[in-house]
Amino acid sequence: MKKEKEGERDVPPGGVIREAGSAHGYSTGGWRKLRPVVDSEKCTNCLICWVMCPDSAVVVKDGKMIGFDLEHCKGCGICAAECPDKVKAIKMEEEG
Amino acid sequence: MAIVTGKQVGLTGNSAIAYAMRQIDPDVCAAYPITPSTGIIEEFSSYYADGQVSTELITVESEHSAMSACVGASAAGARVMTATSSQGLALMWEMLYIASGMRLPVVMTVVNRALSAPINIHCDHSDSMGARDSGWIQLYSETVQEAYDNLLQAVRIAEDPRVLTPAMVCMDGFITSHAVENITLLADGEVKGFIGDYKPGRSLLDTDNPITMGAMTLQDVYMDFKHEQSMAIAGAKEVVVEVGSDFGRRFGRHYGLMECYRLEDAEAAIVVLNSAAGTTKVAVDELRKKGKKVGLLKPRLFRPFPYAEIAAALKNVKAVCVLDRADSMNGFGGPLFSEVRSALYGLASVPKVMGRIFGLGGRDYTVEHSTAVFEGLYRIIETGRMEELTGYLKS
Repeated sequence: MKKEKEGERDVPPGGVIREAGSAHGYSTGGWRKLRPVVDSEKCTNCLICWVMCPDSAVVVKDGKMIGFDLEHCKGCGICAAECPDKVKAIKMEEEG
Repeated sequence: MAIVTGKQVGLTGNSAIAYAMRQIDPDVCAAYPITPSTGIIEEFSSYYADGQVSTELITVESEHSAMSACVGASAAGARVMTATSSQGLALMWEMLYIASGMRLPVVMTVVNRALSAPINIHCDHSDSMGARDSGWIQLYSETVQEAYDNLLQAVRIAEDPRVLTPAMVCMDGFITSHAVENITLLADGEVKGFIGDYKPGRSLLDTDNPITMGAMTLQDVYMDFKHEQSMAIAGAKEVVVEVGSDFGRRFGRHYGLMECYRLEDAEAAIVVLNSAAGTTKVAVDELRKKGKKVGLLKPRLFRPFPYAEIAAALKNVKAVCVLDRADSMNGFGGPLFSEVRSALYGLASVPKVMGRIFGLGGRDYTVEHSTAVFEGLYRIIETGRMEELTGYLKS
């Protein structure tokens, strides 16, 4: 489709997205009301939070949980709820 | 297959469509039977059972599922066909828009039948007319031959990379679907050569080139998608003409956007879709013998609506009656009437245009009805007065 006038966008027919993993470029962090905060002293790196996070927003490096991808975390609190009762290393705090 | 005389074969509309589907040999057919289109899938199932097609035949539990399966299969890159009527098309409703919005070239035969209530299995166009804004291309067929030829052309039109839009081929329930007519079939090789292989530009099953289909779009781009889709469907008009000419060159039967029958010098004209056009031609011939300058315009393509071409064809006519086999239920006349009348509005000299609803639920439309309509048009020409702009045809 040719642009008819300024301000109109070229869009792929049928809404097909040809680039794999493009959802990564879409920031959903702004939806968040509660922010997860991890206490790394308490964290045992069991990675249950990483397994359970629906937005793949738990960041893991070399087998250790190192924090959250706040560009994509929507603040659902599943990580805090799933963190084992004996540990409870994640707290949800009000966004400032 | 039935009566064969030379190159002519006596077939019902449903048998001819099933035969065309065997020749097209789609990758996937997902369907649910409903009168009067049942015969199509019944016969196609026989071809399938006899190993005459390589199609994956999916027998689903409803028409909603049938169109859903068609959408999925087409997104996977398959050539997909189905058929339905009436309530079946109504049950497909939300999926019709998904097929067109995702630009999936599904081809469907719609055997026109009235919608409930009250329940009725016979012909009118309420079903396909209700789907006229769903983003599907619509081709209408007067005869069994046209239905057969239209279906073959619909595959090429829908799959054209400039179009990529689903298409429905409509024919009248029972009148065309169940009546035996002499038609000329193409050889299997001719069909294959004409439609060619379907080469989808994208496929959900192509894991080397992963894509996303059906993603959310919001205020920022939804409208741009709809604009792009609308322009692609508008462009389908040109492709319909191209494909119709190629069909004519190859097989001798030429198709365009519409058929104009003895319209060139006509003072009074009827505009009507599908089988009623055949009846009207008989009335035209009889009145022409009596010196009356009457003619017929039978749109073949209804979506996209060829408004400029229809206006050009009717510009010298003095009075027109548009016959609708569907009522918009208190719209301004039937759907064909309101679009034809609107198309004529920009002419320097606008013909008088009246609209009549006819033939609902299979009510007969005879040569006498047609003649009476022409007589009514002549009264308008003679008196300059139109007593009833829109209404139901007295029958």
